[in-house]
Amino acid sequence: MGNLFRRLGSLAINGVWQLGFIARFFWLILRYSGQSFTRLHLTMRELYFSGVMSLLIILVSGLFVGLVLGLQGYEILQRYGSSEAMGTMVALSLLRELGPVVAGLLFASRAGSAVTAEIGLMKVTEQLKAMDMMAVSPIARVVAPRFWGGVVSMPILTALFSMMGIFGGWLIGVVFIGVDDGAFWSQMQAAVDFRYDVVNGVIKSCVFGVAVALIAVFEGYDCVPTAEGVSRAITRTVVSSALAILALDFVMTSFMFRGL
Amino acid sequence: MSRTTLDLWVGVFVAMGIAALLFLALKVGSISGSEIQSPYTLRAHFDNIGGLKVRAPVKSAGVLVGRVTEIRYDNERYQAEVVFSVDGRYTFPTDTFANILTSGLLGEQYLGLDPGGEEENLKPGALIKKTQSAVVLEKLISQFMFNKAAEGDAEPAK
Repeated sequence: MGNLFRRLGSLAINGVWQLGFIARFFWLILRYSGQSFTRLHLTMRELYFSGVMSLLIILVSGLFVGLVLGLQGYEILQRYGSSEAMGTMVALSLLRELGPVVAGLLFASRAGSAVTAEIGLMKVTEQLKAMDMMAVSPIARVVAPRFWGGVVSMPILTALFSMMGIFGGWLIGVVFIGVDDGAFWSQMQAAVDFRYDVVNGVIKSCVFGVAVALIAVFEGYDCVPTAEGVSRAITRTVVSSALAILALDFVMTSFMFRGL
Repeated sequence: MSRTTLDLWVGVFVAMGIAALLFLALKVGSISGSEIQSPYTLRAHFDNIGGLKVRAPVKSAGVLVGRVTEIRYDNERYQAEVVFSVDGRYTFPTDTFANILTSGLLGEQYLGLDPGGEEENLKPGALIKKTQSAVVLEKLISQFMFNKAAEGDAEPAK
């Protein structure tokens, strides 16, 4: 019995310690950001690797998600004779939930894991220590650009994902099934509110971007410098990013959309 | 990869993101037409607001002219007080009628404004005096049933 409580206690203490460590790390990144922005091409390079290189997977998945939503939505809506409402359904589910969440999950596994692996490997080969010895801050040189690259690309990727999804829904609804084009768009425009739906989706994607980028750089920087340690760090990045995205999504949804 | 090509790709990426956001704002949601400009508030008392909610549309002649901003209970009059904002481009005469209507049989409820014939217009913050409450379907059905029942009783006595 005592053993059980001891383990619970150590778990709690470790959790708090880890949280404090992440918070201090976040503060360090913000403090060194100004220094790293003086060499903007480093951030540009990371924006290329985590943003531009993720375009293909984001666009293709967005299209397929939209196609599936179109088919499933039509299947249900035509029972009630309101298949024109499928534009509304596709747009709202993508803008509010699916866009930010699915793009965030894809981004965590495509770009977050790569960032963790890169930083972890730098730690294994003692490049980070070498930088420190040369009075180059590894946070400013390595961590901050990767963090900001992720934070900036996430909302852009989410917007592209939602756009492709709506295009997919349009493709299924209007081109293949033959729902009226005008009704599809006008019902969508009547139901989608810019402030309420689009802006809230963008806020969500920004929060997910910060969460995923922070977890990715932290796990890389914090990993045990062995081959096994790096592989564990990558696994942790993907798992904790996914959990963080889903939990944060629930919290934000309960604040943003409560059916007023 | 050289720096110029990298910058080019990032530029294309960011431009695509902005274009997608504009598409979502203008084509998917209609930011242009439905937004309410320079709104002013009006108030109205109702005996029963039915299922009217905050943010419900305010329509006149079927056109969206505003939104409900606040619903509260007035304990002095034992009535509901509905506060709503109306687009500053539109003005309504003082004898405007405010009704709570339903779009379609099962649709959402909205506030309908029927303008009257007065010369003077409602000022910001003014109270609309002529109102008609929401039609509660249960009440309507029970009235109908009682009427039928009353008719049924009356017939054998003839």
